[in-house]
Amino acid sequence: MQKRYGALRALAGVSLEVEEGEFFGLLGPNGAGKTTLINVIAGLARADSGEARVLGADVRADYRRARRMLGVVPQELVFDPFFTVRETLRLQSGYYGLRANDAWIDEVMHHLDLTAKADANMRSLSGGMKRRVLVAQALVHKPPVIVLDEPTAGVDVELRQGLWQFVRRMNREGHSIVLTTHYLEEAETHCSRIAMLKEGRVVALDTTRNLLGSFSGLELRLHIDRAALPAGMPGRVVAADGGEFRVRLANYLELEEALAGLRQAGVAIREMEVHPPDLEEVFLRLTGRSS
Amino acid sequence: MNRFVTLCHKELLRFFKVSFQTVGAPVLTTLLYLVIFGHALEGRLEVYPGLRYSAFLVPGLVMMSVLQNAFANSSSSLIQSKITGNIVFVLLSPISYGEFFAAYITASVVRGLVVGLCVLAVGAAFVSLPLHAPLWALAFALLGAALLGSLGLVAAVVSDKIDQVAAFQNFAIVPLTFLSGVFYSIHTLPPFWQRLSHANPFFYLVDGFRYGFFGASDFPPAASLAIVFASLLAVSSATLLLLRSGYKLRY
Repeated sequence: MQKRYGALRALAGVSLEVEEGEFFGLLGPNGAGKTTLINVIAGLARADSGEARVLGADVRADYRRARRMLGVVPQELVFDPFFTVRETLRLQSGYYGLRANDAWIDEVMHHLDLTAKADANMRSLSGGMKRRVLVAQALVHKPPVIVLDEPTAGVDVELRQGLWQFVRRMNREGHSIVLTTHYLEEAETHCSRIAMLKEGRVVALDTTRNLLGSFSGLELRLHIDRAALPAGMPGRVVAADGGEFRVRLANYLELEEALAGLRQAGVAIREMEVHPPDLEEVFLRLTGRSS
Repeated sequence: MNRFVTLCHKELLRFFKVSFQTVGAPVLTTLLYLVIFGHALEGRLEVYPGLRYSAFLVPGLVMMSVLQNAFANSSSSLIQSKITGNIVFVLLSPISYGEFFAAYITASVVRGLVVGLCVLAVGAAFVSLPLHAPLWALAFALLGAALLGSLGLVAAVVSDKIDQVAAFQNFAIVPLTFLSGVFYSIHTLPPFWQRLSHANPFFYLVDGFRYGFFGASDFPPAASLAIVFASLLAVSSATLLLLRSGYKLRY
């Protein structure tokens, strides 16, 4: 799929497939093309070339079927100030041709902790509450595919937990989930497979486990009682500031050697942390921002 | 069907919830025209023999409010949705561009007719009005409201800001309605301006609507109806094409 906005190449040939029932992560820096990709799938934007299908339904030729199978939580915090939460959800149901949908609306509101605000006007809600309504709106028609575009941006911890519990439940019940996020730990925790985008291209597409595995290694963060590490320490020093060091190690064996080296040299360790590889690391290396 | 009904219902709720502003305000404005122009020109102008000027004025004012409010409804609703971004809720759903068009036009027609009826009721309280052929009046009101509702959609689709819609309203819709013979019969105009008035589609709407009340008009009503119908067909086809293309809606 390709898409240009004037001189800007938002999607420079993206091709990928999300499996049914998957929890899929779409990661990348700002401007990588994540939202453009989602907009094309959702019909909010039209690709210059290429095609997108939702469970086999072409998003242009068979848009009715495609859109019924898709629930999108948009990134922008949008709402209609004329209506209450319940009215908003009833209208959204009607847009999908659903008439008597109150039982499901009540259930969604319950899970998203919106029941107390059901009759409050949208205008009166806090940002976090508005975000919950956006999620609820995307789910009124029980779509088999749910796309969450930065769902936890500006959302408090409590909602984040509740939201993930609910989304994971939907995933367990067979809904496919596509998530874009800036919070890499969220992708790491929830996604089974991840695509990383950069400048409108897929730079990595693999299971979360393989991605983390391909960038194996540990980071040892040390605070010691001297200004230099003893000679012959394994690993590569990536940062040093006074007695504080960050050392990249290949594996736990090197960690053991490093600690043995410190003990032999009589170095006193004031503080120590060991970080396993994380997506942040992978992300930064793949997008070329690593030190 | 259900999708159309829901979107239509939402559009109707939108203006009924603020009816003080969407119905009350235009009725008051029109009442002021009636009082001021009626007072200033009563007895000085006799457009049709034996007809008081203020009686002549009322149907024109009713039609003017029908047209302006039908335009205001679709244009303000869509531009607000575009600017605040909540148009995505409709764009994400399986609502077709045809259903979208039909819902916005229906809401515009309802708003136009509601305001028109209120203005008519207030006007009828001041002057006694004959009702020669009510179905003719209704036909012109319906077609006029649909035409302006459609123009309102076009204005809102092509605009990015509220000012641009306001410019469309202030520099096209308002002059065209004022110059359509609401306040005068075009027969009182010099020949050049008479000819120019015939190029204004709103003239046929006002003239034909007035025929429904007085049984007299500047132009044969059946011909006016045909012109209005043809204009509606042309404008709504253009609007549907615009909506189908996704221009400034689906990027």
